Amino acid sequence: MTLKEFIDKLLRRQPASAETAKERLQLVLAHDRSDLNPELLEQMRREILEVVARYVEIDLEEGDVSLETEDRVTALVANLPIRRPVVKPANGGTL
Amino acid sequence: MSTTRTILICSGKGGVGKTTTTANLGIALARQGAKTVVLDADFGLRNLDLLLGLENRIVYTAQEVLAESCRLEQALVKHKQEPNLALLPAGNPRMLEWLKPKDMQAIVALLERQFDYVLIDCPAGIEDGFKNAAAAAREAVVITTPEVAAVRDADRVIGLLNTKGVQPVQLVLNRVRPKMMSNQEMLSVDDVTDILALPLLGLVFEDEQVIVSTNRGEPLTLSDSSSPAAQAYGNIAQRLQGEDIPLMDPSQARLGLRARMRKLMQTRIF
Repeated sequence: MTLKEFIDKLLRRQPASAETAKERLQLVLAHDRSDLNPELLEQMRREILEVVARYVEIDLEEGDVSLETEDRVTALVANLPIRRPVVKPANGGTL
Repeated sequence: MSTTRTILICSGKGGVGKTTTTANLGIALARQGAKTVVLDADFGLRNLDLLLGLENRIVYTAQEVLAESCRLEQALVKHKQEPNLALLPAGNPRMLEWLKPKDMQAIVALLERQFDYVLIDCPAGIEDGFKNAAAAAREAVVITTPEVAAVRDADRVIGLLNTKGVQPVQLVLNRVRPKMMSNQEMLSVDDVTDILALPLLGLVFEDEQVIVSTNRGEPLTLSDSSSPAAQAYGNIAQRLQGEDIPLMDPSQARLGLRARMRKLMQTRIF
């Protein structure tokens, strides 16, 4: 460990590398285990966002659909911050 | 139904200590009184003979046994200091194409008649070599180190073992550096067992004596060394036999004087 790294760690500017390793591994294993290619995953993400956007107004920038894995079980986790419900106008028009 | 335990020693990544583990586990089991044979199924790049110091005594291999050009007893190389341990080389490295899953099953069936443990030293990777070696295995020990590449590759192998119905599959975490773990600069034991979701059969601390013993062709477990790795392999063999031996605790690893000083200084600061 260099002095700079030591100081960074001391000041918590940089997480210990084991933590980073664990996070990276969990991500890569979720993908390895599901055997979904990135293109398919991206298409799925877009379609899920579209469906959800019909019902609630979501923050598309913040929205995230990812694979997570625990105990050798992989889950598709969608994290979609809701701004507000889509207001259905009384006169039947769109917003 | 034979009571022999046929255990595949495998990893995904190369260089994580499969062959060292096979050699030391073989010696440790033999010392504990179990008749044990180690089968070198990494016939493309074999090394088990070298680690056991038996490289000069190989005449026949499993290949000749299957071709019936020699008896099994002629091909088995007995270890000089540990008569309960024998080595069976899988084949001549120049003839890579012979061994198929059914050959492996035939050889293991022969070995199961006269041994309590058959340890199969598997080649790295998940290609044909792995599939052939795994064909006769009933249970498996997966070796990994606490490094991202080794853990990822171990996961692939575990997935394949699951589809083949091999069980139980247990984990040996090799080359653990207690100091780096306590500094959180190395994946912890829990990190690795959580990620791979396997029971831990044992952990082995990084130990320079492993290199020395490899140089000499005398596995650590043979020289009755008090080195941490030798103890770890002994413990693993006992656990395989069903004994309840507590796991080593990386945070309690013996620290050198310099490390202790540094630790003392760190405690003062924080």
